[in-house]
Formats: sequence, structure tokens, C-alpha cells
Amino acid sequence: MSAPHTPQEDDPDEPIPFMQQLLDNPFLLLFLGVMVPMVVYTLWGVIDILSVPLAR
Amino acid sequence: MSATTYRTCPRSGLQFEASAEKLMIINAVTAVVALLVGGILAIGVVLTRWPAVHWLDADTFYMVLTAHGIDMLIFWIIFFEVAVLYFCSSTLLRCRLATPKLAWAAYVLMLVGAVMNNVAVFQGGSSVMMTSYVPMMASSWFYLGLILFAVGALIACFIFFGTLVIAKRDKTYQGSVPLVTFGAITAAIIAVFTITSGAIILIPTWLMSLGVVQSVDALVYRTIWWAFGHSSQQINVAAHISIWYAVAAIAFGAKPMSERVSRMAFLLYILFLQLASAHHLLADPGVSTAWKVVNTSYFMYFAVLASMIHGLTIPGAIEVAQRAKGYNNGLFEWLRKAPWGNPVFSGMFIALIGFGFLGGISGVMMGTEQLNMIIHNTIYVPGHFHATVVVGTTLSFMALTYFLIPVLFRREMIAPTLAKWQPYLFGFSMYFFCLVMMGAGTLGVSRRHWDMAFSGAAMAYEWPGAAYLMMGLVGMSGVAAIAGGAIYIYVTVGSLLWGKKLDQGAVSEKFTPIPPTAPTVVAQSYGSAGFTAPGTFALAMVFLVAFVLYYFVNWKYLSTLWGLA
Repeated sequence: MSAPHTPQEDDPDEPIPFMQQLLDNPFLLLFLGVMVPMVVYTLWGVIDILSVPLAR
Repeated sequence: MSATTYRTCPRSGLQFEASAEKLMIINAVTAVVALLVGGILAIGVVLTRWPAVHWLDADTFYMVLTAHGIDMLIFWIIFFEVAVLYFCSSTLLRCRLATPKLAWAAYVLMLVGAVMNNVAVFQGGSSVMMTSYVPMMASSWFYLGLILFAVGALIACFIFFGTLVIAKRDKTYQGSVPLVTFGAITAAIIAVFTITSGAIILIPTWLMSLGVVQSVDALVYRTIWWAFGHSSQQINVAAHISIWYAVAAIAFGAKPMSERVSRMAFLLYILFLQLASAHHLLADPGVSTAWKVVNTSYFMYFAVLASMIHGLTIPGAIEVAQRAKGYNNGLFEWLRKAPWGNPVFSGMFIALIGFGFLGGISGVMMGTEQLNMIIHNTIYVPGHFHATVVVGTTLSFMALTYFLIPVLFRREMIAPTLAKWQPYLFGFSMYFFCLVMMGAGTLGVSRRHWDMAFSGAAMAYEWPGAAYLMMGLVGMSGVAAIAGGAIYIYVTVGSLLWGKKLDQGAVSEKFTPIPPTAPTVVAQSYGSAGFTAPGTFALAMVFLVAFVLYYFVNWKYLSTLWGLA
């Protein structure tokens, strides 16, 4: 079981882990949160639809 | 910087900045007005879909259903969410709100947009449902109203982000933002994607309604519209889960079981939750199987995992806090001794259980491409999303309101006994409403249709009696839920109008004059509680068994629909 943990117990000289830096940066999260669905859902979906051959 | 004041609420220890407080109040009150309008319209919807009553004529029904959908799913929810965003930034971080004048402009844009859209619908020429699929055209005012509303909401999101910058600059908190605020960040990020998608597709559609653009491709419209239509409900998920963490912190002093795990779960939402929009297009031929499978299976399951983490860690955090108070007998004394008479807690917990068991499990089933074929475009779909949006989000917002009446609105709640029972009436009638809707949908009853009997149609369909029975039960439970909603409106509006005025507490011109104070200290700080929660793990196993069984039953059902040679 993990012990209760607060930032006050941390060593102030310890480097901040990458994941915490990511989670503490709302604007980087905003970029990722918009770009991932824009590419995976919207862009890919629209490319799929535009790739459907037109009926003659 | 313009002068402002900070009020310290004597009942909660929360600190409200004056301009943020006014904006929270006006957005929350407007949300409740939208809920009132949507609730009145719900009477028309359920009494028409109740086959024995079949109240409204077809034209009126489609108009009422359109307005009900937009007022409930867009206006009620997003006005309230803006209030939540301002609360989670300015109040929980104890700083001033960024650009309050712009926040008022955002509110006016949202209000004008909402009114414009409603007027367009009630004029009768825009009964196009919430989805407003092209080429079926509504009045140009319908689209313009939605666009103005979306622009206002987008501005509000960026004011939230600006407030985070102010709090960081002024060092009003140490280390990471509180988890509740992090959940609000998640909601705001999803909102930016959602609203941007709405603008991308609604602006050309608006131009099409004006004759400026000749056509908008129907498939492209559906794809991009659902990035708006479904993701708007994912804002709700992030927002109401933040509220669950807040209620656990306020009512029990419960710290999250693990801040890191809960934040990682929110990160999974940020990256993957919006992709669930694809399950609306599982029956569409234009998008590829790879796109469908990646979006609704591989990636969406990360978001499902995140929901299950929250579903475990929130009751788990409550259990750890209760056990620390001495409720250690057996697996469930902590739950039996919870404050079930407090609507803030009961509303939140009924929302959590209903959201997980009804909305969550049915959502995963629907998001599976093969199983989706069983229920696509049936009334099962509204059964699912009433479990997520009404049981999950609306009931959570109602629970939070009961906390905010004395804290934010500074009024003593009227009719406390009614308020005590309201979450049970509303929540359990909605549980039943969703279940019978899903039952009728499994039998194939269409969503949105005015007359399930297809009276007078050349090719009528003979429904089994159970379908009519369940649609009758939809009507009855719907009326009970509307009564529960009416009690909420009565208690909240009545408290604002007639409730005894409460002490506003000390007012100071100083910046962040106080440290976080009980009973909301946990909601404003960082820290984990650990994983000693055997009762919650037992409940999680019950959930897992229900999940597996329901999934299996639907595959079994699918296998009986088409005989294989």
C-alpha cells in the first residue's frame, strides 16, 4: 500500500518528473487534447470520406 | 489591475472574488432557466412517446423534441459548466478571474445565441432535431444562435485558462493545481475541441442556409458535427467527475486514493475521450473500418479505462476517509454510515452508480461495431445518453447546487425535506426510465419517432406487446423524473427568492487573504490517501461481473439475429 503523499514531503532539489511537467502545463495539454482527436478522428475521417470514388 | 474584493464564506471556508462570484451566479441561474424550459418540453416528449397517450401532433412533437434536446444537452449543461469552470479556477485557486468584462461579453453572446436558437425553433421552421443533419435545412437564425453561443462558450474557456495563468503568476497555490481544478482543465480542453468542431461545420451550414454556399457534404457534416455533438457530452463527463471529487472532498474530507493515478485518468480523457464520437458513425458507409475500429475500440478503451479508474477511486477515497473516522466494521459500514440524508452526497452517489452501471456499460456495448448494429438509431441510444447526461451530469449538477445555495448564493435552503428526497425520486425514476428505454430499443423501437405504430403506413410493423409496455413505462417513469426535476427547480429558485439571507462572511481587498480552510481544504490542495478500500474493491468486482455478463448477453443476442449456415 502506498503511503499518503504530499508535495511538502518531496525533496525540493529533486528534478520534476516529465509526466508531472506535462500534467502541470495546461497549454501543452490543450495542444495535445485538440490535436489528437483533430488528426485521429476529424482529419482521418474526412480523408476517408473524400477518398470515396464519385459515382458516374 | 481593477480593484476587487474577496469574500470568505463562513460556511465553507471558500474564498469568492467579487466579479467571479457574480458571473458564477448568472451562469448558474441561466442554466437552471434552460433546465426549466427543457423540463417543460420533456413533458411533451414523454407524453407523446407514451403510446396510450400520444399527446402532441407530429409537427409539434418534432419541434418540441428539437428544443428539448438543445436546451438540455447544450444550454443547461454548458451554462452550468461555465459556472463550474469559474468556480474551479477563481475560487479553488483563490485568485481573481481573468478579464471579467470579457467574461460578461461571453455570457451575453451565449445568452443571445440561446434565445435566438430557441425562438427559431419555436417559430416552427427549424424542427431539425439537435443534430440538424444537412441537407435538411433550418432557419439561418437557428445556426447563427448556435454559433454565437459557441463563440461565447469558447471565450469562457479561454478566460478559465487565463485565470490559471493569473493563479500561477500570483503563486496562489503551491505545486500542482488541486485535482478538482485539473478535472476542470480536462473539461475545458475537451470544450475547446468540441466548440471548434462545431464552428467548423456550423458556419458553412449557416452560409448554406443563407444561400451563400451551395452545399455541405452530408457525410462530412455528420463526421464533424459529431465531434461537436458527442464531445459536448464528454465535457460533461469530465466536469461531473470533477464535481464527484469535489463532493467527496467537501462532504468527507476525502483525499483521492492516488493523485497520480487520478490525474493520469484525466490525461487519458484529454487524449482519447473525444474519439468516442465515432460510434455515431458505425453504420455510415463513407468512413473506413480501420477508422471505426481505431476510434471506437483501441483508443476509446483508454477513455473507458479512465472512467473505471474514477469509478473506483472516488468511492474508494470516500471509504478511506470513512474508515479513518472509525467506520471499519465489515465491508460496507463506511457506506451505510454515509450521510444519505444530505442531497449533496446522495445526489452525487446515485449519479456515480447510475453513470457507471447504466451509462458506462451500455456505452461500451454501443461503441462496439458489431453490437452497435443491434441498437443503432433505436430508442436504446437516448436510453444510454439519459443515463450518462441526466443521471450522471444533471444529477451531479443538482447535487452541487445544494452545496452552492448557502455557499455561493448565500441563502438558507427552503424545503429541506423535499430536497432530501429529490435525488432519490429524480435519480431512481431516471434509472428506470433509462432501463425501459434500452429495453424497448433492444426490441427495435425507433428513437425520435412520433408514432411507433406507424399508423396508416403502407408497411406497418407488428411490435411485440413488450415494446408497447416498455414505451408506456418510459412515459410513466419520465413523468416521475420530471416531477423530480420540478422539485429541484422549486427548491433552488425558491431558495433564491424566499430563502433566509445568510451571513456573507468577511470581505477583504487583500489578495488570497486566507489559507485553505475546512471543510473544503482537501478540494483546494494536493495529496493522496492510499488504497485501503476493500468495500470499494468488492463493489468494483460486482461492476466487472455486470459488465462481462451484459457484454456476453449482447453478443449472444447478436448471434441469434442472423443464422449462420
